[in-house]
Amino acid sequence: MSEAETISKEGAIEASELKEDYASFVGRKVLFILLSLAGIVALAGVAATLGSANITPAEVYTAILARFFPGTFETTDFINTIVWQLRLHRVLMGIFAGMGLAVAGAAMQGILKNPLASPFTLGIASAASFGASLAIILGAGFVSGQWLIVGNAFIFTMLASLTVYGLAKYKGITPETMILAGIAIMYLFSAMTSFLQYIGQAEQVQEVVFWAMGSLGRSSWEKVGIIALVTVVCTLALMYFSWDINALGAGDETAKSLGVNVEFVRVLCMMLASLITASVICFTGTIGFIGLVAPHITRMVVGGDHRFLLPASGLVGALILLGADTLARTILAPVILPVGIMTSFLGVPFFIYLFLKRRKEYW
Amino acid sequence: MVKITIKDLSFSYGSRRILEGLNLVVGDSEVLSLVGPNGSGKTTMIKCIDRILKPRGSILLDGGRDLQSLSRQEVARYIGYVPQSTTSVLTTTVFDTILMGRKPHMGWRVADEDIDKVVDIMKLLHVEEFALKDFSELSGGQKQRVLIARALAQEPEVLLLDEPTSNLDVKHQLEALDTVRSIVKKTGISAVMAIHDLNLAARYSDSLVMLKNGMVHAVGDPSSLLTMENIREIFGVEAVVMRDLDRPYVVPIRSLNAEAV
Repeated sequence: MSEAETISKEGAIEASELKEDYASFVGRKVLFILLSLAGIVALAGVAATLGSANITPAEVYTAILARFFPGTFETTDFINTIVWQLRLHRVLMGIFAGMGLAVAGAAMQGILKNPLASPFTLGIASAASFGASLAIILGAGFVSGQWLIVGNAFIFTMLASLTVYGLAKYKGITPETMILAGIAIMYLFSAMTSFLQYIGQAEQVQEVVFWAMGSLGRSSWEKVGIIALVTVVCTLALMYFSWDINALGAGDETAKSLGVNVEFVRVLCMMLASLITASVICFTGTIGFIGLVAPHITRMVVGGDHRFLLPASGLVGALILLGADTLARTILAPVILPVGIMTSFLGVPFFIYLFLKRRKEYW
Repeated sequence: MVKITIKDLSFSYGSRRILEGLNLVVGDSEVLSLVGPNGSGKTTMIKCIDRILKPRGSILLDGGRDLQSLSRQEVARYIGYVPQSTTSVLTTTVFDTILMGRKPHMGWRVADEDIDKVVDIMKLLHVEEFALKDFSELSGGQKQRVLIARALAQEPEVLLLDEPTSNLDVKHQLEALDTVRSIVKKTGISAVMAIHDLNLAARYSDSLVMLKNGMVHAVGDPSSLLTMENIREIFGVEAVVMRDLDRPYVVPIRSLNAEAV
């Protein structure tokens, strides 16, 4: 329809009709979020049944409910132990780690306005690897004991993002300066990791490589607690800035004209995303792909409004990581594959399918 | 009544002076056009008034407050900005794009009142047909109307437009400026635009500001300002100004610098 016709039909669409259309447009996004939530609960039940001891999803849910309503639900000690001590924390770790990485990725893509941005764009992953390598090969680090590797990975990750901030600050906080500074940092830490691997023993190098592949095998209730706390708090904080991130998408000048403190929002969101990423990958190793692709998949369904995109990406990320880990545990059982390998095997075909089927431009 | 009084406004990129000692008054319910050759500071001036760039000098609003001392959000409630470039990187629908204009007024939640205002503005600018289409799918003329709608959703006192007719064909140029002028006359807000086309400027503006090398060369109504002498001095162009229409009409003849050929 030409514009002239559009104009001549002035008043053809009633205001009430427009409002209803918009309400159902928003309703569909909320529905997607609710469905994803339900999907996570269902998949979590299935994931907790898989393993060497055979129990049914119903028994899993009963064991979970029995902990909260002891009188109403009955379970056996055996099932209780399997669910609460062996499997549930790993399932929850998958959910919160996937959620954290996806939210961090969505935020980075939003503030850098770049479809290739991910939580690892600013050199974060190679910084974490370097921190872990330092701990594994030289036994050196900022903290000691069982937290040596974790502490190192976390500290070097935050160090990398502060360095990126410092470099970008010098030239002005724009997507270009941040990405270029991130690439420089990434190569620097990769080179240092390679050097450590070169001087390390064979077993140490193997441990470093395994660490970097990413796995949920090191999960525990303590770690789940930390990841969940950081992820949830930072996600809520990022969601608070949804409108500002949306405005950045229209360009820095427009964002300023709409009242956004562009540099402040960009730096703060970058730090929040880095904090989530650091606290996830210091426990899991670098799990790639989710932070890049979960936001894309979600954007194709719910669109680019970060009020919905951020939480929905988190749920999609949780689904992918939990699904990938479930497959990784079962596909070659009793061998458990690193989940970092599985996420790509599972996600890439799905992503390509959506990518080929898409009707609109997303960037 | 006066919307904005600009006093001694200067701006430089590093050591390069772009604007120097500008004084300007934007009256009530008027369309004011900034004209001048490339590099004369039209766009920079628009960006300085909205504090997208940080100028020196003062920009006094109608209550006497200095815009330089306000927060970005307060500025956004007083001034709406329609950018020149119509590229939007992230996907967003027309409805959400215009709703973004409510940002200076609303919190995280969108109130019914905000939705109502967006709907009214969409009808005013005739963009309701493609409310749920993606902004990137629209034609140039449609995009321009949506961007004006977003700026109006800010409920500003002053609308700033940066080259509102670039990238538009002749029909849409007229439509865009008709829209701006009728809104200005209907609602009593004022519009300041940077524009290249002297004839469009003459036809749609109440007053013109001629800029040259970052300084105001002359201010006045189109008929008194668009003279052969002024055009020669500012643009370095020999032109004939026809005055048999209700507004002056400029026909450029030749560039004064083009010695060869």
